[in-house]
Amino acid sequence: MVRSGRRFGPGGIVLAGAAVVFVVLQGLMLAGVINVYLQMILSYAGVVAITALGLNLIYGYTGQFSLGHAAFYGIGAYTSALVTRSIPSAGAWKLLAGMAAGAIVAGVVAFLIGLPILRLKSDYLGIATLGFGMIMNVLFKNSDKVIPVMGGSCGMRGIARLASFPWVFAVAVLAIVVLRNIVFSSVGRALVSVREDELAAEAVGINTTRYKTMGFVIGCMFAGVAGSLYAHLYAYLSPDNFDFLKSIDVLLIVVLGGLGSISGTVVAAVAWVFLLEGLRIVLPPAIQDWRMVLYPLLLIIFMLFRPRGMFGGTEFRFLRPKEN
Amino acid sequence: MTYFLQQLINGLQLGFVYALIALGYTMVYGIVRLINFAHGDVFMVGAYLGFFSLASWRLPFPLAIVAAMVGCAALGVFIERVAYKPLRNAPRISALITAMGVSLFLEYFTSLRFVFGPDFRAFPRPFEVKSFNLGGVTISNIQIIVFGVALVLMVGLTLFVNKTKTGLAMRAVSFDKDTARLMGIDVDGIISITFGIGAALAGAGGVLYGIAYPQLNPFMGIMPGLKAFVAAVLGGIGIIPGAMLGAVIMGVVEKLTEVYISSTLRDAVAFGILIIVLLVRPTGLLGKPDREKV
Repeated sequence: MVRSGRRFGPGGIVLAGAAVVFVVLQGLMLAGVINVYLQMILSYAGVVAITALGLNLIYGYTGQFSLGHAAFYGIGAYTSALVTRSIPSAGAWKLLAGMAAGAIVAGVVAFLIGLPILRLKSDYLGIATLGFGMIMNVLFKNSDKVIPVMGGSCGMRGIARLASFPWVFAVAVLAIVVLRNIVFSSVGRALVSVREDELAAEAVGINTTRYKTMGFVIGCMFAGVAGSLYAHLYAYLSPDNFDFLKSIDVLLIVVLGGLGSISGTVVAAVAWVFLLEGLRIVLPPAIQDWRMVLYPLLLIIFMLFRPRGMFGGTEFRFLRPKEN
Repeated sequence: MTYFLQQLINGLQLGFVYALIALGYTMVYGIVRLINFAHGDVFMVGAYLGFFSLASWRLPFPLAIVAAMVGCAALGVFIERVAYKPLRNAPRISALITAMGVSLFLEYFTSLRFVFGPDFRAFPRPFEVKSFNLGGVTISNIQIIVFGVALVLMVGLTLFVNKTKTGLAMRAVSFDKDTARLMGIDVDGIISITFGIGAALAGAGGVLYGIAYPQLNPFMGIMPGLKAFVAAVLGGIGIIPGAMLGAVIMGVVEKLTEVYISSTLRDAVAFGILIIVLLVRPTGLLGKPDREKV
């Protein structure tokens, strides 16, 4: 029995649902219910979600522990900013070119660094990626010595504000659909088999190196795209936006949502951004200092009660493939 | 040449402080396979305890070290009981996330006005700084104290782990927790002791860091913590002499890069070495190669 809701296939449902959500959000924005501040937060949540989806592919599905995801986010941001600066014409194509460049450069760097370090396992891989993230951060801080417009530790200015909420929303939906289609394909099965047992996967003929690299490169390209959007939303890049703590934030979101869950990552990303901003609004000014004290406490308590995250590897029904 | 030797001594000073922090990382990792990200912040608390012992309570310097060690040991055991123990059978990543949570909590909680406050503070010098000249190379009494205290603690730890019954139990638990429990070892107790000792060493490291680089703030633990952790991995995580070796290498490399190449590239070189070592010897300098088993 095919249920009527599945007639369009899951991809169609995601797109239809996304269109409805988008129309509602845009309506609220036009009506003034969602002000500019909230719009900015929603856009940021979208950017964070895209980055986190990338890490979920790397860590949640393929099982490759990465503590340097923000480095690729930064590579994407700086690359796209340099590209859009050097294209004189205005228009949407510029941002698309920037995003493509950000994704490609992040992917190429991920490929080059991934080939040697993906041989490492679990915590050692985490530490090597942490080291890579640190090195990239030092390079961002010294970037002005080679390319003066990158601004080094003072930050990069003069980026056109090309991105906006509709852009972020569209790219985020695209990211969800792409990731879903990867995960529920034969490639996705291969990635999960590497996570579950690398030796057994190899024994049944899966080229583990190839799939590990593939997962890593695609995940880092997600980060590159998210970084491009970030650069053109805020029009200013500082190396501190791409440091070790940012990598940890992304990891947090992936774990809070549940490893290997697209639904979880998206919900956790939005919830995380709104929690941090919400605390700013809820707390009276006199105890604003407590915001960053309460946040880790909530984090610890959440982890103690739900160690497998919100979704624990399951998905919303509309994201799951048809059973046959 | 004397300049080189001088910088080598400065690097060793830094390396010995890193070693005290790295030991806690490596012991905890060896026993529960957890990267205890809050360890750098325990080091920060140790530095502040030293500061208050000297500046507010007017304790003599040796007692300040003891106070920091005791305070940090209590804090370490408390953190383990509250944030890590409930997650011992959960996926390992959950405990790593709570460790990050504890780290953030310690940083921001101590930044509150009524705790340590967000400002930089100057660490008091408990004695006058004297320098001795040894054939062109100067060595200060502070450096001698750093070397002396760190060496005593490291030798003490090595003897404790290798010669006492508790040390034997620690090694047994890190080797195989279930079998250790079957042999009648109180595994939870041993894990607590390990956290306590690791935190105490970090506390002592905090005080030594304070007298050597006299500036404190609640976020001072992040970078030394990460570097020490990297040092522990460099030497082979879970191996006590490895942590000492890795830390000394980190300290010296960092100092030499700073004076001979560029101070802005200091961190990049240290982490670059880490990646290269991991690629050549994936389990660290002193680590035993770990065979894959089906």
